[in-house]
Amino acid sequence: MSDHDNGHIEEHIKVYLTVFGALAFLTLLTVAASYMDISTTEAIFLALSIATVKASLVAGYFMHLITEKQTIIWILTLTFIFFLFCMFIPMITVIDHASLS
Amino acid sequence: MQLPYIIEERPDTGLNNAKLGIWVFLASEIMLFGGLFSAYVFLRMAAPVGDFAYWGSKLSIPMATVNTLVLISSSVTMIMSWVSLKMKDFEKYKMYMGLTLLCASIFLVIKYFEYTGKFHHGIYPSSSTFMGIYFTLTGLHGLHIIGGMIVMGYFWLPAGYKMWESEPEHFTNRIEVVGLYWHFVDLVWIFLFPILYLL
Amino acid sequence: MSNDTHHKENFLWKYIFSVDHKIIGLQYGITSLLFLLFGFCLMMVMRWQLAYPETPVPIVGGLLGEPGILMPETYNMLGAMHGTIMIFLGIVPLAVGAFGNYIVPLQIGAPDMAFPKLNAASYWSYFVGGVIMVTSFFMPEGAARSGWTSYPPLSIFETGQTMWLIGMIFLITSSLLGSMNFIVTIVQLRAPGMSWFRLPFFVWAQFITAFLLVLAFPPLEAAAVLQLMDRLASTSFFLPSGLVYSGATVDVYGSGSPLLWQHLFWFLAHPEVYVLILPAMGIVGEVIANNTRKPLWGYKTLVYSLVFLGFMSFIVWAHHMFLTGMGQAMSAFFQTTTMIISIPSVAILTAFFISLWGASIRFTTPMLFALAFLPMFGIGGLTGLPLGVGASDIHLHDTYYVIGHFHYVVAPGTIFGLFAGIYYWFPKVTGRKMSEALGKLHFWPSLIFMNGIFMPMFIQGFAGVSRRLYDGGQLYAHAQDVLQWNEFMSISAFCLAAAQIPFLINFFVSLFNGEKVDRNPWGATTVEWSAPSPPIPHENFEGKIKVYRGPYEYSVPGADKDFSPQTEK
Repeated sequence: MSDHDNGHIEEHIKVYLTVFGALAFLTLLTVAASYMDISTTEAIFLALSIATVKASLVAGYFMHLITEKQTIIWILTLTFIFFLFCMFIPMITVIDHASLS
Repeated sequence: MQLPYIIEERPDTGLNNAKLGIWVFLASEIMLFGGLFSAYVFLRMAAPVGDFAYWGSKLSIPMATVNTLVLISSSVTMIMSWVSLKMKDFEKYKMYMGLTLLCASIFLVIKYFEYTGKFHHGIYPSSSTFMGIYFTLTGLHGLHIIGGMIVMGYFWLPAGYKMWESEPEHFTNRIEVVGLYWHFVDLVWIFLFPILYLL
Repeated sequence: MSNDTHHKENFLWKYIFSVDHKIIGLQYGITSLLFLLFGFCLMMVMRWQLAYPETPVPIVGGLLGEPGILMPETYNMLGAMHGTIMIFLGIVPLAVGAFGNYIVPLQIGAPDMAFPKLNAASYWSYFVGGVIMVTSFFMPEGAARSGWTSYPPLSIFETGQTMWLIGMIFLITSSLLGSMNFIVTIVQLRAPGMSWFRLPFFVWAQFITAFLLVLAFPPLEAAAVLQLMDRLASTSFFLPSGLVYSGATVDVYGSGSPLLWQHLFWFLAHPEVYVLILPAMGIVGEVIANNTRKPLWGYKTLVYSLVFLGFMSFIVWAHHMFLTGMGQAMSAFFQTTTMIISIPSVAILTAFFISLWGASIRFTTPMLFALAFLPMFGIGGLTGLPLGVGASDIHLHDTYYVIGHFHYVVAPGTIFGLFAGIYYWFPKVTGRKMSEALGKLHFWPSLIFMNGIFMPMFIQGFAGVSRRLYDGGQLYAHAQDVLQWNEFMSISAFCLAAAQIPFLINFFVSLFNGEKVDRNPWGATTVEWSAPSPPIPHENFEGKIKVYRGPYEYSVPGADKDFSPQTEK
């Protein structure tokens, strides 16, 4: 990729190692958090939040999304919107069920 | 006939073909695992209250935590192998790629012990819907690991890396593309781990 | 890869495992046309049974075992496979794999698709999937018979499903690889000067179609894996607790849900129907512009409608599930999105109609098919509206009305569009024109008999005749008044088959004896007509392509001819 030249590579290595450290820490954090005495809903929210942070670090820094071109960002945004529909709509049809009352 | 933008980037998009291609492929993979996660949510809601938590408690959190750290490490070694190529250090590339393959193997070995441990206790995919979706999600993820290992293995061996001699930039781009796939596989596990093991 | 100067030119590599998009396009074309024929034949056997219940089927009766009568289980099998083959082995490979592959690189001025080897891989994956589907007929218990929709619990216990699911996985893989290729090709390989709004409408249609395929198919692939596990590994993803099948309680864990399958299936299958129509709309746009000798009206409207349509198609899927017990909120949501999605379709059709205004129409065979597409798709689309509204859908769901609706869109809709494409691009592929006389002999009876088959279905549907009935409604009191239409529809189907004979003769005779023409016999503006006929293997064009104009600059004031090609300054 032409926007990483050798001079910047060393800085990138530092970033990658920092991200690695953060990911390891967050992994242990999420395991520890799972032993907390909180409701299921709170547990889900907490676990998914930590996972989202970890995923963002991988996607942003390892996969270079933070400096990626518009085309890719648009495709991923579109994908994410459809992903949300695929995730939530079936769930809602179970909750919002037809009944006689 | 030489197709354009295999190595150099197209000016208006700033991308080469393979980079765009792999991201489109990853978009489809997001929807694939998305479909399975959606199934997980639906099945959890359809199951009796506490059913998923009960079956989930039979999974080994320590083994999976180790696996998570192993996979994250493999992501780091993967990107370091690409960085090494950018710095024109081929020996370092081989070392890091080898480490990536090693980490991937460790992941699969631990997975093997997880699975056989379950079977030993008479727990199979058919034992409950939780176990069904657990084996399917981790199994499909495992298949993706194996697929990645095959491609990475190819590029780690002389037949695969001889392109470094003739077209180093093209080869570097290929490793970047492989890396993107591998990071995605790591990404899926980052969600699989808490959802299946911790919730 | 830069190894193409050493390309092996033996027969195997040149024709069988070719990576040239044109050869691959032709491979898709031949394979898919054969599957369309096969699927059509399956339907004709079914229509015989519906018209003349429990009488021996002529010609193929011998295959059905003594005394040659179609039995209910086989009827179901033919029904499921007719749908599967027509959609996944016929229309989509023809519209996208054949037309898309052949024409898109040419229309954008590229030498090939972005990933030629991947292109070949996606064809062969389709081929393997097709072989698996056909082979399933020869298995001891036959092919799938749970509808192309494969709903559990029936599909978990019925025979033939396992091979169907494995075949689908190969077909889905083929589509995913192919659509990835289309997206990268259209984004990256447009020739200099070919900006987004100079793209032919056909390319836009294929672009959006590729997005639909790449993002909508994977959940179905996931679901297919889950259904395979239910069948083979005794899981119960789709099986509820306490299910009793054939008198015995099913020995699985339970607590699964048949609705889960429906959601995952329709999440794909709704965008799939837009995959079926969009390429045909693209072809119709090309043919109309060319045969009216004026630009398409509302090019930007057409493009934005396509994009909007593509987006909306992902959020309407549960209108196939109105009767599954969903609550008010979800029902209202899906009714609303379904009504909204009709807007871009209408916009596209209207733009096509307005394009005809004030035109010097040339009634060539491709134009006849393209013109017929407009009212036929119109009927198909309009008849979808009562299905999209919950209140009327309660009465019409799973009746013949639905079959009439979707066949109007796909049969005299898409297939007419594809015929237009064959007649239109035949000269580019072969350097010869098809006969106009035989073309008209193909067109007029086809149009009449298409309507003969599908119009009465609305009548039967309103009367309440259910779909997928072996006896066509004989046993139901509410169907008695409309039963006579069964024979009428079946005879129309047999006549429609006969009407394809002029096409087959025309196609094969013209390959060898058709009128030889130069590279641009239709006087068209788009880039594919700048290439020789057929285009040069692996390169397509004689020099570098540069684009100077929009796609439909016909009858430009002051120009020396009534068309100004995109590649001319």
